[in-house]
Amino acid sequence: MGIIDIKNLHKVYTDTKIPVKAVNGIDLSFQEGEFTAIVGPSGSGKTTFLNMVGGLDTPTEGEIIIDGTNISHLKSRQLIDYRLNHIGFVFQAYNLIPVLTAIENVAFIMQLQGKSKKVRNKRAKELLDAVGIGDKINNRPGDLSGGQQQRVSVARALASKPKFILADEPTANLDSKSTSDLLDMMLKMNKESKITFIFSTHDQRVMDKARRIITIDDGLVVKDEKVDK
Amino acid sequence: MDTIIKIAWRDLWRNKKRTFITMGSIMLAVFLAMFMRSMQIGSYNNMILAGVTEVGYLQVHDSGYWNNKSINKSFVYTKNLKKKIESVENVSNLIPRLESFALGSFGNQTKGIFLIGTNPEIEDQQTHLSRKIVKGRYLKKDDTGILLAEKLAKFLKADVNDTIVILGQGYQGVTAAGKYEVVGILKFLAQEQDNKMVYTSLSNAQNMISPYVPDILSSLSIMLDNPNKMVKTQAELQKTLGNNYEVITWRTVLSEMVQTIQGDNAGGIIMLLILYIVVGFGIFGTVLMMTLERRREFAVMVSVGMRRGKLSFVILIETLVIGFLGVICGIIISLPFLIYLHINPIPVSGEIADMMIQYNMVPAIPFSLQGYIFLNQGFTVLILALIASLYPIFIINRFKVLNALRG
Repeated sequence: MGIIDIKNLHKVYTDTKIPVKAVNGIDLSFQEGEFTAIVGPSGSGKTTFLNMVGGLDTPTEGEIIIDGTNISHLKSRQLIDYRLNHIGFVFQAYNLIPVLTAIENVAFIMQLQGKSKKVRNKRAKELLDAVGIGDKINNRPGDLSGGQQQRVSVARALASKPKFILADEPTANLDSKSTSDLLDMMLKMNKESKITFIFSTHDQRVMDKARRIITIDDGLVVKDEKVDK
Repeated sequence: MDTIIKIAWRDLWRNKKRTFITMGSIMLAVFLAMFMRSMQIGSYNNMILAGVTEVGYLQVHDSGYWNNKSINKSFVYTKNLKKKIESVENVSNLIPRLESFALGSFGNQTKGIFLIGTNPEIEDQQTHLSRKIVKGRYLKKDDTGILLAEKLAKFLKADVNDTIVILGQGYQGVTAAGKYEVVGILKFLAQEQDNKMVYTSLSNAQNMISPYVPDILSSLSIMLDNPNKMVKTQAELQKTLGNNYEVITWRTVLSEMVQTIQGDNAGGIIMLLILYIVVGFGIFGTVLMMTLERRREFAVMVSVGMRRGKLSFVILIETLVIGFLGVICGIIISLPFLIYLHINPIPVSGEIADMMIQYNMVPAIPFSLQGYIFLNQGFTVLILALIASLYPIFIINRFKVLNALRG
């Protein structure tokens, strides 16, 4: 039994003229400390899969069991609290709160968890130091480069001490150097803190760093391989 | 909480121009509303003051007199009664009056009149009755002469120094009749008064109406030191005098004027409502835009674990802050104008000024600075802001996170 167990996962979109089967029966298990890339062509179902694992979308059928909790049965409000305390998100477009500074963006998650100002500011600063932008904690997202924003986004994802981090195409908008720096930083955290990272990606550079690559096509897992590095 | 307030505050200033335009529209509406209300309420106060000057803040009658104005419902104004009334806190001047309907006759002309017997000195101090004299002289203490309203005098074809016969019902079945010399002619602007009013001294009226029971009055008008404590004084006075007397306020005596003011006030409120509806839509448009253009941002916040209730709170704060700042700015810019106009009312000239003087009103448009005018505008805008935020809050609680993230 892993940190995430997925059983017979289906997702059918019925709000179109013809029902679309985005995920068509996936069974997977993720262990603690994995650094996994989910790959596949556009429209293969990898983002839908990731959204369901992250509790942003509900499955039509099947179960997603995270640390013993079947999140497919949770109500909307319970899911919000579950995401807050157990899942970290890194989005392709960074999606930081533009009116907050880097440190405020990171501390905000901990504020939602009810942590004291002292605790959250200390941890936010530590995390921003760890992702390499400790000198820009008071900059707003608009004053940071894409790579720097994505680092803040990673720090934000880590702020709640989640069980795992879901990263949807995190390097899609980054140049080579930023991508390489970001991946190295994530890999380091994965090794040091045993945090599970699950990426959805087209990026070969991410695949090169991943230790498990799951290929999805037509809503099904067509390949699941472990890579020794 | 502090970050939520921070987000709301900073979001407001992301689009400064839009926020300033919205605030400006609220500010202008508050300015116009306060200007309008201050002038309206100032005018009402002027009217009320003039009315109260005539009838007093409170009136004491024999019990049941107001609903059945019969001369037999008069009461004896003893020294003891006067002492009792004067002992009540807040009572200042007392204006004793004896009023009755009668017939006035001169030569071949006869007409219904309204006779008021009053203390000429106190009456003049209070209502400036002598200013209405257009011919002849004003009454003296215990004067046996009468003052006739101009139109009535014309109808009777009577003039100063003529003698009028007055015939009416006296107190407790006595016939009230007498011959009285016209010592002066009064001019009333209100047609109704000009057609029927006759004034004489209180003692003269008492001798005519009640020759056997001295010192009767039909009403005792009471002025107050602090009109704001009128209701309390009314209750105390009623308690002191007991059930043999009724104590009523000017609102009952001047019920027609109160209704006129209420009608006019309702018109003013409708105008304000229209103004505020326009402003309300302005606030609504801004808040709705602010919500819709940040759907993706809100979706991210919900994704990372922010409850929708807290997001709604962000919108609520933003809306209330815009409204509050607009109201404060509106009050700040209107205050100097209103204070100036309160101290220096807009003067009125010509016939309108003459009319206002006749009605004991100050011939000017006064502006009121009563606190509730400011409070009302503030609360109205804040309530509008709350209403305007309802639909954006509804959107926040219903939007689909994934759709918003993709959008």
